[in-house]
Amino acid sequence: MDSLEQAAAGRPGEGLVPAPWRIAARREEIADGSVFTWSVRPEAGEVPIYRPGQFNMLYAFGVGEVPISISGDGAASGTLMHTLRAVGRVTRAMQNLKEGDAIGVRGPFGTAWPLETARGRDLILVAGGIGLAPLRPVMCHAMRNPEAFRRVFLLIGCRDPQSELFRDDVIAWSRRPHLQVEVTVDRGGPAWRGHVGVVTKRVQRADFDPSDAVAFLCGPEPMMRFAVLALQQRGVSDDRIFVSMERNMQCGIGTCGHCQWGRYLMCRDGPVLRYDEIADIFDVREL
Amino acid sequence: MEAMLDIDGLAGLIDALKRDGYDVLGPTVRGGAIVYDHLSGIDALPQGWRDEQAPGHYRLHPQPDDPRRFDHTVGPHGWKRFLHPASESQVRVTRSADGVLRFESAPATPAPTALIGARACELAAMAVQDRVLAGAAQPDRAFEARRAALFIIAVQCGRAGGTCFCADMGTGPRAETGYDLALTEILEPGGAIGWHVESGSPRGAAVLSRLGVAAAQPVDRAAAERVWAGTRAQLAVRMPAAGLRELLYRKLEDPHWDSLASRCLACGNCTAVCPTCYCTRVVDAVALDGWIAERTQEWESCFNPEFSHLPGGSVRGGIGARYRQWITHKLASWHDQFGSSGCVGCGRCISWCPVGIDITAEVAALRASTPQDVPERLE
Ligand SMILES: Cc1cc2nc3c(=O)[nH]c(=O)nc-3n(C[C@H](O)[C@H](O)[C@H](O)COP(=O)(O)OP(=O)(O)OC[C@H]3O[C@@H](n4cnc5c(N)ncnc54)[C@H](O)[C@@H]3O)c2cc1C
Ligand code: SF4
Ligand code: FES
Repeated sequence: MDSLEQAAAGRPGEGLVPAPWRIAARREEIADGSVFTWSVRPEAGEVPIYRPGQFNMLYAFGVGEVPISISGDGAASGTLMHTLRAVGRVTRAMQNLKEGDAIGVRGPFGTAWPLETARGRDLILVAGGIGLAPLRPVMCHAMRNPEAFRRVFLLIGCRDPQSELFRDDVIAWSRRPHLQVEVTVDRGGPAWRGHVGVVTKRVQRADFDPSDAVAFLCGPEPMMRFAVLALQQRGVSDDRIFVSMERNMQCGIGTCGHCQWGRYLMCRDGPVLRYDEIADIFDVREL
Repeated sequence: MEAMLDIDGLAGLIDALKRDGYDVLGPTVRGGAIVYDHLSGIDALPQGWRDEQAPGHYRLHPQPDDPRRFDHTVGPHGWKRFLHPASESQVRVTRSADGVLRFESAPATPAPTALIGARACELAAMAVQDRVLAGAAQPDRAFEARRAALFIIAVQCGRAGGTCFCADMGTGPRAETGYDLALTEILEPGGAIGWHVESGSPRGAAVLSRLGVAAAQPVDRAAAERVWAGTRAQLAVRMPAAGLRELLYRKLEDPHWDSLASRCLACGNCTAVCPTCYCTRVVDAVALDGWIAERTQEWESCFNPEFSHLPGGSVRGGIGARYRQWITHKLASWHDQFGSSGCVGCGRCISWCPVGIDITAEVAALRASTPQDVPERLE
């Protein structure tokens, strides 16, 4: 057995060997704890440079590894943020980890949101459920760099008011004049004063300039399908629409074969792809 | 450099490699099939065995009086079982009392290994896996190391198997590169047996000159050329490669996939015997004491519904979609992902499919199916 150098270097490991990291802080995003955000810190060294939209492979001791988007960073505190929804074997085990617990991290992997393409333009972010996690770093970027985009429209869809994510962020973002945030829920409640219905409707109504807009989409596939249609109907061209697609991923480095989607390996060529490059396969079922 | 070996020369070659410290792997007969395994010596080679292959069919017939050692074609084994093993540890994780995790991976220090009997399609398959596993941005170092430790003695096929289509895939029947030595088995009309041997690398030439065997004469070369041409002429299965990639992409929503859904058992035999199929899944386990965990990678098949598992269910729930994934990856998306076809034309998937599904026949059927039949969506 040969201990790898990179572990000592504290960077997420190359290849298939994770680096040791630790959960520095944990907070519940949803009251029942089914969605939670970790701030994670390497045991040694700096956090790696990542681009919004990329993901890490997170490892829970003896249980397994899952691809999870980077949902932000605490640049000052030397941490990265990950927001997880507990849905299965590994993520449920991760739900039970506490502050101070050790994990493994590999990454960052995959393609990023093309912030340069959106520079100076209207930027439309369409998020469904946990799909807001990989878009959060884009909002953080827009907060720190008010001149980066003309206006930003963050259109969030979630099941019900209780499952709204990043509530404090949403309030802070909403206060900025160049950032417009709309939350819509499938089912409201007596106290809900916001929108009810599918997020597509917000795409239809939002006050962006379709001839000079760029859209980033992340959420369940049916939601993204309808959102693409709505954007096209508004006149946003296919090469200005970017989607983040989810596939089973077990290596993140292009060698396990699980993330096949048509001609793409989604861990390497994705998860963020430009719509005109996938239009021919986007609607093919069971691909 | 070219030479001629008689039976003692072939035995001497194997012995020389053993003396040089190589573990020698090659074909041998077991369980009614030609398999690849460690060879004790020349006697382990499958002398007098000929295979008969057809869709869903593989039989070995003994020809006890035939002195040939390589008159068979490819069996169920590929060399990937040694280069990219069916199960392999990725990472070992140790948890210390203060909760710190330590990740280690076993160093890849494979023993020098000599393969004898690799066919042209198999060398092509190794080159395909090279591009996938060693060509990745973060390469599979264990694979790379095992690949680098190889000394390869190819055998030029003296007979085309009943399911072979290497010529159409541009990989055979004659191996032209990727070997250290290449043998052509020559059976004289009088029954004498010999092997024309050609070096393909300085290492190969060095081994050959150390053996001190007779240089090949023009008649030997001519005899070898007759074998090569004869094999090429025998190739009966056809799969014209022109436009294959475009064909598959055009047929993503073809009704023909329904016909596969009703025939294919999703057993995954085709992926297990395919010499280029490389997919793996990971399995995590904790030792009983709770302080050590291990991640192991195992061969995985895209015919397994769990292969495309997402929390909401498998992406490719239907068998038609899984067959489409397999054949489209082999013949189309492999080009986009790794710069070559994923099919080398060895025919194993045809012979070893329990229901005789034939990749070349499925392609022909897709070519024949008319676009009018295309339903709005694949069911
Ligand atoms: C690029 C990318 C980014 C993601 N970002 C986030 C995020 O920020 N937050 C979040 O909560 N979820 C995210 N997911 C989804 C998350 O990876 C899955 O929910 C998680 O893998 C489920 O694992 P599990 O063991 O809990 O579930 P199970 O259903 O028990 O899954 C078993 C195994 O299958 C594999 N697997 C299952 N689902 C997926 C999947 N969706 N993607 C890849 N592999 C899978 C994993 O190896 C997993 O261990 C992302 C997925 C991808 C592909
Ligand atoms: S094509 Fe044949 S070998 Fe392959 S999964 Fe289907 S039944 Fe099994
Ligand atoms: S996740 Fe393994 S190849 Fe993409």
